[in-house]
Amino acid sequence: MENLKKNIIIIGGGPGGMEAASCLNTIGYTVFLVEKGPVLGGHLAKWDRLFPEGNEAAPLIEKMRSRMEGVKWFVNTEVLSVNRLGSKYTVILSNGLTINADALLIATGFSLFPAEKKEEYGYGIYDRVITSADLERMFREGMPEGLVPKKIGFVHCVGSRDEKAGNRYCSKVCCATSVKQACEIKAMFPDADVFCFYMDLRMFGRGYEDMYLEAQKDYGVFFVRGRVSEVAEKKDGRLLVKAEDTLAGKPLRITLDLLVLLSGMVRNTSASAITKMLSLSVREDGFFKTSDMIYNDQRSAQDGIFYAGACTGPKTLPETLADARAAALEADFYLRQDD
Amino acid sequence: MIDFGYTVSPSSAIEIDDAGLASFRQLCRIEPDAIKCISCGSCAASCTAAGFSIMNLRKTILLLSRGKDREAIDMVATCMLCGKCYIVCPRGINTRHLILSICKTYRKE
Repeated sequence: MENLKKNIIIIGGGPGGMEAASCLNTIGYTVFLVEKGPVLGGHLAKWDRLFPEGNEAAPLIEKMRSRMEGVKWFVNTEVLSVNRLGSKYTVILSNGLTINADALLIATGFSLFPAEKKEEYGYGIYDRVITSADLERMFREGMPEGLVPKKIGFVHCVGSRDEKAGNRYCSKVCCATSVKQACEIKAMFPDADVFCFYMDLRMFGRGYEDMYLEAQKDYGVFFVRGRVSEVAEKKDGRLLVKAEDTLAGKPLRITLDLLVLLSGMVRNTSASAITKMLSLSVREDGFFKTSDMIYNDQRSAQDGIFYAGACTGPKTLPETLADARAAALEADFYLRQDD
Repeated sequence: MIDFGYTVSPSSAIEIDDAGLASFRQLCRIEPDAIKCISCGSCAASCTAAGFSIMNLRKTILLLSRGKDREAIDMVATCMLCGKCYIVCPRGINTRHLILSICKTYRKE
């Protein structure tokens, strides 16, 4: 097959990069996947269960990896330099390899918003304030010894829809993640009261609204519309939380044993080197700019460079996977046209 | 008490710690639909009593869940049980039944 002579380099080994790799590999290209971190799977590898149905993350990564048979993938590897010669890209990797690529696919994903930036919530200051990612790790590795919370709070939109934090956009996944985690922790501690502090509940996906109804009806999760304004630690280590219950039009105070911050998605902070190297353009939100957001959302302004997944804005996991398959197909169209 | 010529208003804040949600939990047991409310406001918008009184069913449910029982009961007391809110509720809550259950649960107060 003619395809086999063509090389594609995928930068980023999260679910987007992995899915694009297995698709392009199946089509018949020679695929190189470069991952900066020590393992494949990206943020997914740090997650326990997935909304809306509670599927486990680990077997999914295993399944995706098993479909990558034939892909040459490298972890702990970075792109050192890229040179463009005609329609080819000469890429030098930190493992000493030099590859002549016909196309590049960027799948660098996102970073979690650093919750300590919202100082009023006290992350990194108070022991009982954690992030949604910390909670997933606890779900995977077990809750800390002796922690039996009676009252637990979830704060939506931490670093999202927040101009002062520099992010005006919605991170899309936090509402559903919060409701999922609220149900999980309620199942773990049935005697606890769980409160979700939200601005709007954006349950846009299939099955999300059902999950919300389930959280209300079956788990008795309390939903409070209002952004938490401040958190203070009491002498006993518990947290005094203030918000406005905007639906009641009254200020609300509550003492909590555990507060979970739903960190939003921001542009991948470690992707700046590749952005510079390839002179890629980003939008105001910091995510890569695609050539058009409706019809060519996987293409960059440059020939032969494609995007997949959350590097072009917050996405749910199935959206990232669909985007990766679309990007693989776009790259295939491009390379065929080349002949 | 010496009259200084002024009074202190009680705080209107919701204090969940002191809310004592036992009655609300009891209400939810006999009326599980109560917690299905999404505060859309359809009930209040269609309420025949709303123009003449403080009745607001969405707010009643919310206040009960926050331990503001007195305020909630005062609202419900003005309901005429016409049932228009039952027709419009998108969650399909049997609102008349709910209001009667509220009256039953909170009767003593």
